[in-house]
Order: sequence, then structure tokens, then C-alpha cells
Amino acid sequence: MADKSKPKTYQEVGYYPGCALEGTGHAYNRSTKAVAGKLGLKLKEVSNWNCCGAMEVKNIDPKIQTYLSARVLSNAAHLDKVDVVMAPCNGCYHNLKKAEYDLTYDPESRAVVDRLSTKAGHAAFEPGQAKTIHALDWIKEAIGEDGLRERTRGKLAGLKVANYYGCMYTRPRHIFPEKDQGPGSESTSEPHFMDDLLAAAGAENVDFPLKTACCGGAHTLSDSDTSTKLVLNILQAAEACGAEVIATECPTCHTGLEMHQVRAEKRFGVKTTVKIMYFTQLLGLALGIKPRKLGVQENISDAMELILEKQLQS
Amino acid sequence: MTVIIGADTPPKPRKDIGGFDAIEARIDAIASNPGSAAEAARELVTIGEEILECWIKARGEDPVDEEREGFRLIALHRQGARGEPSFNACRETVRELAYHYNLITLDPSHPDTEKRLRLAVMVAKHLCLFVSGKMQVAGLGEFCCSSRPLRSDGQ
Repeated sequence: MADKSKPKTYQEVGYYPGCALEGTGHAYNRSTKAVAGKLGLKLKEVSNWNCCGAMEVKNIDPKIQTYLSARVLSNAAHLDKVDVVMAPCNGCYHNLKKAEYDLTYDPESRAVVDRLSTKAGHAAFEPGQAKTIHALDWIKEAIGEDGLRERTRGKLAGLKVANYYGCMYTRPRHIFPEKDQGPGSESTSEPHFMDDLLAAAGAENVDFPLKTACCGGAHTLSDSDTSTKLVLNILQAAEACGAEVIATECPTCHTGLEMHQVRAEKRFGVKTTVKIMYFTQLLGLALGIKPRKLGVQENISDAMELILEKQLQS
Repeated sequence: MTVIIGADTPPKPRKDIGGFDAIEARIDAIASNPGSAAEAARELVTIGEEILECWIKARGEDPVDEEREGFRLIALHRQGARGEPSFNACRETVRELAYHYNLITLDPSHPDTEKRLRLAVMVAKHLCLFVSGKMQVAGLGEFCCSSRPLRSDGQ
């Protein structure tokens, strides 16, 4: 039973899809919105949002990246009047959290953001005006396992899932002060929020040793073979653990797993059959949303056969 | 149509910095012929230490001989990550290797030992690939998503 005494949080949040969710991660965007609609949660897309600075800007000038992320938070706080910004992409989530941290503790970052905000003609973001959360935090807090259990009735029963968080969801630890705070909080060494949510929907999570291992995302162009081998290792480990599907919560990781799964077969002649799906797609199926509305057909990894076999289609 | 990066181009010759190809071959050999599970697990931890030593030596440091939480492997990772936060991307991989070593050696007759060893092999391989990737691009920029910026003064 749901804990009725628990105050409802995150029922309406600022939504920062970021660039990836409008491109390669479109299915993540689609499934996140579909799940929000089904759960009665409101997503208010951040007005006039910009790139978070991702890796491209950060690798050249981290202060500019801090400004770009701070501008997103400023727009959320000042234009949209929200105090929580939900970012489903690990890169965006990481960068916005880092901006919050840097603006609190680094006077140089503070000065650069103030100067550029004035120049751009908008209010400078002040830490505390809005906080960043991940899509996992959002559903975990807004609905919780009990709420999901009630709504899904174990729909994912019999589905073996390896939860893959990637390396940026928990690193570096110091920018995530809310994590590692004991029972109920997320762990940076053994993340479990995705495991908790999918288990609540009935899935059987396998014990997966590479859940935070590097997917080689940043190496895709400079050394594709190493990226492919890293992904292949993740895919094979998931299969060795008995997983039928790898659940993801980052568009970069997801795309990397899908692309290199195909490339591993072409380049190295090694075929893996484990499917790759966003955790929001799996939750959506559990909530009775049709696969098409969750963008399952947009995935490179074709999971329709598995969905039919497991009778996950409504 | 799905475009797979570089799928049809011939493999580029890759410089084997630090002898990682040989290390990878040793890991593959354990996978194909593990022998005693406990011995194989020990060998994988030793290989893990050698991988981290390569990284530390490349930074111009002497690898430590001390242990953390009963493992030199973990001490070496801490040393390798000092001043290099992006190296923490393999922190859990290192700890998973130690964890699987414990699982296998504490109860070698456990019915899951074969599976545990297979996973330990994959974890060791991941560490090898990750560190070799970082070494490969040394001087060209950073490998990792949390990389150190080219310009860090913010000017």
C-alpha cells in the first residue's frame, strides 16, 4: 500500500530535456512525457533553454559550461517560477549539478556567471533558487515504489533486467550532496533507484557488476574500436547475468550501447541479443502505455519481439 | 538507415601503449581455460594491479605497495585517481573485481563460482579497456566524459 501520509513532492517540475532528447534520445523524451501523463505528473519545459555545455564546451572552458548550465537554471527559476528542474540525461544532470556546486563554492565561477548573465540581459542564477534532479529522483519521490506497485500490478514479472547507470550519474560524488545519506537515499557506489523502480513494477533485476562502468561514449569518434569493446563487454556481462534487457537512463549511454551492439557484430563478428530500453519505456509498458507511444520503434535495438513474448503490450 | 561509425573502414593500427594487448590476451586466456577458480581470481587481481601500475608509471609515479581494504588493487586505484578525478570512472570496476575475488576465494565450491569467475573476467577486461583507452589518447586530450579541460583558467 502507498504511504498516504507521505507528502507529495515533484508533482510539477521544470523539465530540461537537453539537446540529446530532441535528437538521438527522442524515444527517451517521448517515453518520459508519456509516463508523466499516465502518472498525472506535470512537466513544465524550461523556457528558451540552451545546451548545458555538455562535454564540448566543458573541455574548452569549464566556466562557460557553468554559465550555460546556470542560464538554464536561471530561466527555470525566473521565467518559469519552478524550484526543481528535472534533467533525464546524465550529461545534463551532471552539468547542472556541477553548476550549482561551482556557484556555491567557486568565486571565479560566480564572477564569470554574473558577468555573462549581465551581458546577456538576464538574472544570474543563485544556488537555491532551483535544484536539479534526475528522472529517477523524480519518479522515486513523486510516485515511489508503493505507488508504482499499485499502478503496475507486477506487469514486468518475469522480465530479467540489468540496470545500467553509466559513469556520470554518480560522479563526482561531491556535487551530489543528497546522495549517500543513508537509507532511502541514492548511493554513488551502488546506485539502486532504477533497480527499485523497475522491481516495483515486477521486473527481476539481475546482479550486474558493470552498472556504473564506462561505456566509452567520449571515445566513440577518436577510438571507435575501444568504445565497441567496452560496450561489448557490458552487453556480454549483462547476458552472462541472465538479463534479457538492459535498462538505461542516459541517452548517450543508450545510443552507445545500441550503436556498438550493431558495430560489434560487423567489426568483430560478435553478436549479442540482449535488448536495450530506456527505463521510462519499461515503466511505460508496465503502466499500460502502448509501445509506439513510448517510442519503442525508434530504438535501434528492436525489442518488440521480447515485448510480445513477455506479453507487455497493452 | 542506421549509420555505424567506422564499421566498414579497415581497423587502424593501434599502438599498444603499456602492453595492454598482451594483458587483454592473458585475460582472454583465463576466460578460455580458467583452471582453479581461486587461482584464476588471484591472477585477475594481479592483472588488475598491473593495469593500474601502467597508468601510474605513465604519470611518472612509483606504484604504492600498500593495501586499502585488504587490496593493493584498491590502493593503486586511489593513487591513480589522485589529481585525476576522471579516473574514478573505473573506481567501481576496481571494487567489483575485488568483490568477485572475495566471492570466489571465500567459497570456491559455491554453485555460482563458474558464473562469478566469468563475470570477474569481464570486469577485469573492462578495466583493461578503460585504462588502455585513457593511455591511448594521452597527449591528444582526455578520454573521459568528466575530462580535465584544455583551458582551466576560465578566461
